Amino acid sequence: MPINYKYAAPKNFYALAGTLTPWLAAATVLLLAAGLYMALFVAPPDYQQGESVRIMYVHVPSAWMSMFVYVIMAGAGAIGLVWNIKLAEVLAAVSAPIGASFTLLALVTGSLWGKPMWGAWWAWDARLTSELILLFLYIGFMALQAAIDDPRRAARASALLALVGVVNIPVIHFSVQWWNTLHQPASISSIAKVGTPAIDPSMLWPLLIMAVAFKLYYVTVALMRMRAEILERERNTAWVAEVLSAR
Amino acid sequence: MAGLADSLSHVLARDLLLAARKPADVITPLVFFAIVASLFPLGVSPEPAVLRGLAPGVLWVAALLATMLSLGRLFDADHADGTLEQLALAPQPLTLLVYPKILAHWLTSGLPLVLLSPLLAIQLHLPTGAIATLVLALLLGTPVLSLLGAVGAALTLGLRGGGVLVSLLVLPLYTPVLIFGAGAVTASAAGQGTEAYLSLLGAFLVLAAGFLPWATAAALRISLD
Amino acid sequence: MLDIADLSCARGDRTLFRGLSFQLGAGELMHIQGANGSGKTTLLRTLTGLSHAAHGRILWDGRPIGELAEAYRAELCYVGHANGMHGDLSAVENLRFQAGLSGAPDSDPAAILAELGLKRVIHLPAKLLSQGQKRRLALARLFVAPRRLWILDEPFTALDIRTSGFMAERVALHLAGGGMVILTSHQEVTVATPKIMTLQLDA
Repeated sequence: MPINYKYAAPKNFYALAGTLTPWLAAATVLLLAAGLYMALFVAPPDYQQGESVRIMYVHVPSAWMSMFVYVIMAGAGAIGLVWNIKLAEVLAAVSAPIGASFTLLALVTGSLWGKPMWGAWWAWDARLTSELILLFLYIGFMALQAAIDDPRRAARASALLALVGVVNIPVIHFSVQWWNTLHQPASISSIAKVGTPAIDPSMLWPLLIMAVAFKLYYVTVALMRMRAEILERERNTAWVAEVLSAR
Repeated sequence: MAGLADSLSHVLARDLLLAARKPADVITPLVFFAIVASLFPLGVSPEPAVLRGLAPGVLWVAALLATMLSLGRLFDADHADGTLEQLALAPQPLTLLVYPKILAHWLTSGLPLVLLSPLLAIQLHLPTGAIATLVLALLLGTPVLSLLGAVGAALTLGLRGGGVLVSLLVLPLYTPVLIFGAGAVTASAAGQGTEAYLSLLGAFLVLAAGFLPWATAAALRISLD
Repeated sequence: MLDIADLSCARGDRTLFRGLSFQLGAGELMHIQGANGSGKTTLLRTLTGLSHAAHGRILWDGRPIGELAEAYRAELCYVGHANGMHGDLSAVENLRFQAGLSGAPDSDPAAILAELGLKRVIHLPAKLLSQGQKRRLALARLFVAPRRLWILDEPFTALDIRTSGFMAERVALHLAGGGMVILTSHQEVTVATPKIMTLQLDA
């Protein structure tokens, strides 16, 4: 299909991304504002946890994003590995820090959420432990990329690592889930139960809006970073020289 | 077919011969295993009740770390002297040639750990029934450590800061093996059934043995490019 | 028959060369020349399939070497800068391993090493050999199993006059038998064969 192949070329992608980014950024800001407003003022407090349940509206979407971005990263890496498409490699590379940030956000908000509940800043519950291991996987990916000088080898090696990781993640989740039910009393894992099917619409809407807002954030920032990365990788070409001189 | 079996046995024989010629490479991680296990009573408490509870986790973590130490032996020397290139240029698929290398690595690093573990388990006051489970669990788990470690070693071939970097990449992936391996021993010490744990470890081994050598060969080709 | 079309290779950001095309048939020798850093080793490694070209095609008997994989590797022998042998194994053990890997259990490693003047040191650990002896051991790989294509990176470096002469003879013999040779060398290649092609990489 002609349109797809056209935008696989860095130069055309750069232009397309440049056009899209302002709109996506605006949509992100709008949705984030709407979601946060609903989360902080409209959604009802929890009968058990009171106002502190509102952290869930940031914690749960961040956790979802941390997984989602890893899958995108692994998928983009696989495409770059198999079909040698540079843009796919760039997408994988820029996604890693964004995914790691979401993971860190999930960990911090999880900790903040837990403090009123557990009386401690940290507990080894299933979700937080899985997120911690996921953070280590992201860091490993970035460390490997940083350690290899040759950009081609760096992209391909980290893509392979991400693929091994993505296959492992369900196994890790299952293992940590099992380990947690064995060691932790039932009350602590109630945090993980929020978000299960019987959730009230007044809580569901802010959650979904925040989730979409976070996705838009990811797409916006990823496109912006990809543009910067493309400029650097293609710095020796004529079209980049034109772009830079037009500023 | 005969050519393939021949090549595989040559790779295995060579790696075993090299390990026999450099016994220090084999013994050092083993001593490390013993030292780490001994540090816990010193750092925590010598009370048998405390140690008994810690023992499964301590022994597994020590085994993990000792395996990480020994991963350099897999590919580093071959990469430096050009033998790895020759393996990559052999008329057999690199995926298949990786199997004897990993087997040799496990025989000279994982298996010794398994054989030493009962001694350390006694030091940590693990009940006798649990020691049998420990040996069985390590027997199933240490090959998976070698298989996962091989992918990490292949990805970081020739890189500076290699040893620590491999650990960073591989240790998070080890967590399922750690959870179920230590879990099996804990269950055994508590008098519970261990079939589920051991079956899972066995399943991990089969999956790892089926998929990871292919990933290792792919990683080697990427690193040799 | 080796067919290279529009080959270009890069290392990191740097394009080493582009638009390289040539063909190599039976009995032909290709001598690749160029200053240090011009990409000679990269070209050789790309021809073996170890490295990937940024652009272009390499065909062996009409099919891309990427597709052929093992079938191509079964027909080539590569002696690179590294000697490809382990210092803790003896010379004969190293060569026996090479023979096993090449699927040639009938070859006689000891005899091959004797021909290369290594008879007295075949049981010594390879790390104790001199530079020249190590290089001869690396080249011994060529005689373990018959391969159509020899790809040699600086094969004559560190060789004494007698071994240089021996190698030149064996290369000529290989070419006369229908084999092909691609090599790099800073020196003049004095091999008794009519078909020497040269390629200047930094032209």
